[in-house]
Amino acid sequence: MSQVAETPTSPEHPPAAAHGDHAAYDGLRLRDVTKEFPGGFTAVRSLDLDVPRGSFFALLGPSGCGKTTTLRMVAGLETPTSGSITLAGQDITYAKPYRRPVNTVFQSYALFPHLDIFENVAFGLRRRKTKDVDAKVREMLELVELTSQARKRPAQLSGGQQQRVALARALINNPEVLLLDEPLGALDLKLRRSMQIEVKRIQVEVGRTFVHVTHDQEEAMTMADTVAVMNGGVIEQMGAPAELYENPRSTFVANFLGQSNLIEGRVLRRAADVTTVEMHGIEVSVPSPRVHTDADAGWVGIRPEKVLVGRPGEELDAPGNTIPGGVVSDVSFVGVSTQYLVRMPWGQELQVFSQNTGRTHMFTQGESVELSWRPEYAFLLDRSQDADAGAAERVGG
Amino acid sequence: MSAPRPSSAAGRWVREHLVLVLGLLVLAYTFVPIAIVVLMSFNAPASRNVYAFDAFTLDNWANPCADPSMCDALARSVQIGLLSTLVATVLGTLAAFALVRHDFAGRSASNLLVFLPMAAPEIVLGSSLLALFVATGFSGQLGFWTIFVAHVMFCLSFVVVAVRARLAGMDDHLEQAAMDLYATPAQTFWRVTFPLVFPGILGAALLSFSLSFDDFIITNLNAGTTTTFPMYVWGVAQRGVPMQVNVIGTVMFLVSVAIVVVGEVGNRRRLAART
Repeated sequence: MSQVAETPTSPEHPPAAAHGDHAAYDGLRLRDVTKEFPGGFTAVRSLDLDVPRGSFFALLGPSGCGKTTTLRMVAGLETPTSGSITLAGQDITYAKPYRRPVNTVFQSYALFPHLDIFENVAFGLRRRKTKDVDAKVREMLELVELTSQARKRPAQLSGGQQQRVALARALINNPEVLLLDEPLGALDLKLRRSMQIEVKRIQVEVGRTFVHVTHDQEEAMTMADTVAVMNGGVIEQMGAPAELYENPRSTFVANFLGQSNLIEGRVLRRAADVTTVEMHGIEVSVPSPRVHTDADAGWVGIRPEKVLVGRPGEELDAPGNTIPGGVVSDVSFVGVSTQYLVRMPWGQELQVFSQNTGRTHMFTQGESVELSWRPEYAFLLDRSQDADAGAAERVGG
Repeated sequence: MSAPRPSSAAGRWVREHLVLVLGLLVLAYTFVPIAIVVLMSFNAPASRNVYAFDAFTLDNWANPCADPSMCDALARSVQIGLLSTLVATVLGTLAAFALVRHDFAGRSASNLLVFLPMAAPEIVLGSSLLALFVATGFSGQLGFWTIFVAHVMFCLSFVVVAVRARLAGMDDHLEQAAMDLYATPAQTFWRVTFPLVFPGILGAALLSFSLSFDDFIITNLNAGTTTTFPMYVWGVAQRGVPMQVNVIGTVMFLVSVAIVVVGEVGNRRRLAART
């Protein structure tokens, strides 16, 4: 599977020609990279990836999908079995980790316990015999708001502070690419949210390429310009967060990146703009750019918050067909929204998220309802794919 | 539940402070013999009965080498201790690195075999080593160097075990982080790996020295006509130990305490300076 990110880059670095000439590309480029471990496990299969310079790129996937191995190959901590990695036109496939302009923020932070915060941050500069180490370290500690902790040992700092030291220690070297290996995984939810914003702020401020590995889809979408969803050693889909969310191309992406209702359907007519699908006796239309199968059968996908729910016969704000015969089987009130499970006549339970605007009716369990949605929000996926792929690996809601 | 039994105040106090009482008893058990050694170092024995405290004197401390053969034995023990500690620590540390960091044929067997000298009875090790020396034609050379070889052998396992534990407990990511931050393999070793493993190496060295200094059984079998300090003490014990032995014992004890205190104070000072 070969894909190229279509994210806008910063104006100083227009995207280079996406094909052929590696030397002209100023970002990070992986071509046909495969990593097999002794024992036969293939962590990464024939991976192609272009990360534009200055972008915040997220590799998203469940554990064991090959995202960390990919990161470690870029860092030089693993050697690809085949393929090539170039950075700003330089081939770094086999370069030693200490000879590439790449720095890593490790999942466990890996701060040196015998050195204080100042010396941890200064480590890279001292190895390269840089001048003005003191001033640079002070400036960096200011950026991550740890000036007062400079003479403490890592063990004396909280998890969030250690995380910022790890970030400062990597960033101070001004790397071409900063690699972040699930650096927020060990933090509690509240701290994680504030660090996500913090890291994003720093990335915008320093304007460097960040490659962030995570299994948290919300984190990836919040932070990154471009998200690549990885599964089983290959990239399933890559693009801007909104694009991935609104127009997933596989059931894995549809389920892993947020939740989806996937309903069995049969293609009736294909036109340039709209494809008509029959779904348990009801005709629905799907915009043709959102159709990702050539076969006659497919999964009609719709996000739960796009589904509208109403009493039988009630006028719903949707030009598409109304699907009658639903019965509310479960209601959970979550404050901002109410989440319904609606059992359809064909036995499937569909999820519906209804915003609590104050003007919507609250349905109760056992009530008869009709469902509808605006056709432009639907998508059609390949019927041969597992409708539950990716659902179990998803983090949180 | 029955009504609480009436009990004496002392009985109640002991029950409530059981941990403290037991702790004090253990400390007493450990330190009373040492206290006796310290006390006896100030003893001026009136008769051949050297085990009774007779009169206080500083003579023993003023003339520790009243019996020159004792100080000869002591010097020999210190020399053997330092030399075998140095060699065992270097070899053992290298072996520990190999066992933890490198995958080679026979690694798990080596991991197991390294325990053997610790588990085997000393008398077995000593006599088999003697048999080896004699069989290989070194029976005439028994002395300083055969003792040294024997001590390196049994210290080695302790060093390997101590350093290996320290290395195995180290996060691999630390070395990867160092390399990621432009440290060459040599810099990674000296700046990160070595400082982190050093406490283990130091502990192993101290343990080696005390094992070597202390050893009697293996040494006695392989010493030929050479005498180490423990052998001297054993020899003179038949006819009455000179009080200077207690002086040496007290000094050894104080040196060990000093090492522990210096290490602890250094640690606290380093921590305090950073808070």
